[in-house]
Amino acid sequence: MKLITAIIQPHRLDAVHEALSARHVNGLTVTEVSGYGAQKGHSEIYRGAEYNIAFRPKVRIDVVVTEDEADATIQIIVDAAYTGKIGDGKVWATEVSEIVRVRTGERGVTAV
Amino acid sequence: MPAADLAWLLAAFALVSLMFPGLAMFYGGMLGTKNILNMLMMVMSSLAVTSVLYVLYGYSMVSGNSWGGLGIIGDPLEFFGLQTFVTDLETGGAEGLYWAAFFILFAAITIAIVASGAAGRMKFGAWIAFSALWLTLVYFPLAHQVFTFSDPESGYVGGWLRNVIELHDFAGGTAVHMNAGVAALALAMVLGKRKSAAHRPHNLPMVVLGAGILWFGWYGFNGGSAAGANFLAQYVVLTSLLAGSAGIIGFCLVERIRNGKATTLGMASGAIAGLVGITPSADAVDPIGALLVGLAAGAVVCLALTWKTKLGIDDTLDAFAVHGVGGVVGVICVVLFADSAAPAGITGILFGGNLDIVWRELVAITVTCTYSFVMTYAIAWGLNKTIGLRVTEEDEYAGLDVTLHAETAYVSERA
Repeated sequence: MKLITAIIQPHRLDAVHEALSARHVNGLTVTEVSGYGAQKGHSEIYRGAEYNIAFRPKVRIDVVVTEDEADATIQIIVDAAYTGKIGDGKVWATEVSEIVRVRTGERGVTAV
Repeated sequence: MPAADLAWLLAAFALVSLMFPGLAMFYGGMLGTKNILNMLMMVMSSLAVTSVLYVLYGYSMVSGNSWGGLGIIGDPLEFFGLQTFVTDLETGGAEGLYWAAFFILFAAITIAIVASGAAGRMKFGAWIAFSALWLTLVYFPLAHQVFTFSDPESGYVGGWLRNVIELHDFAGGTAVHMNAGVAALALAMVLGKRKSAAHRPHNLPMVVLGAGILWFGWYGFNGGSAAGANFLAQYVVLTSLLAGSAGIIGFCLVERIRNGKATTLGMASGAIAGLVGITPSADAVDPIGALLVGLAAGAVVCLALTWKTKLGIDDTLDAFAVHGVGGVVGVICVVLFADSAAPAGITGILFGGNLDIVWRELVAITVTCTYSFVMTYAIAWGLNKTIGLRVTEEDEYAGLDVTLHAETAYVSERA
């Protein structure tokens, strides 16, 4: 099992959600996060005074999938989140050793 | 028509009383999320302090017969407890007690503006002590000198700026706005800069709503200063509207040229700058003149905002630029392009008016700003040496809402 984590542009969330639903990825977790990468921060001006905002708002998606679905899921997210501009984000996968479905107590792949 | 006058004046009173939550929202939205309640407390407490002082001796010091006939300060005991106003004189119109109520709002809004210079770092008790001393030693004398007319028939002596210098200040460009702006600057200098990094304004929609409510109140502030339901009242309501509107244009144009973007905060600030500018000049300029007042006040205030950074003074919410500089611009506009056909009947020097208005207004500006600065600095310095003005550095980082008031403005579900 793999945990796919994606940090994407907030405005691409709907597209990613739609694409994942079409692929029958049932269930994902979305978090509003902030941070910076190559895009760096930005500056805002209030009454002529400049404020440097170090972190940009992003959306983080976490989804757990089976081993053989992992590559396809990553590709779906990358395609749907893509705009071609700096700040599109990153997607990565982490090994997951155990999953338990709270309601039924099912474990492993059946709980995904 | 005394009853009609009274009806309008009571409505104007109600409008002005909304300026307090308006100012509180205007300032609160410009601060970070951890100091907003403290700002609301400082602004609204101005009413609490002023009302008490005004009943005791404030009304006497402002509107009383000048002590020693000097025109500096009213006899502080003349109207003690406002007892003389309790009896109905059956004029059917506004009597002394109406003006006491109206002027309490004027005094309170002035000290409330000063609060902005202390945002985010002043002890609340020290603020209350400061505001009581400041009203007594700075506002009451200046308001007497600017607002109180002499009455030769009864031998009543008013303020020297009004009666000897004969300044033109319609509704308080000097005693209210320049005074508050300069005092905020002096208080900010004694307090020193904020330790924690300045936060972005946390709620601009709140700032815009606050500015809009202030604008609404301004029609009562200037309109009520017409003292009745008359031509002058409708005249100054129009000029106030025009100046606030043109203030937006002046401020946003400078921003667009200087920073590349017209901003929401700039729009709100420009409207207030225009209104400050029209406060002394509302009855002296014609409609085109009112637009020019707003345009000039908005543009000059926008340029003046950068001065504090260069001087290293943390006048946190720019009261000096908006109210001090904005007030001066308004008075200078009277000097330059007052229209003799307007109710005040003054001819600006650009229209061939008499040059003595130049020195009259310059004396009024200089006296107001110098007196306000020196006295405010002295009061703040004295309090700082005795009870101390600033919160601890630790409290400042944690935010004054939680450390001074044991509350937070915004609740996170998880915390």
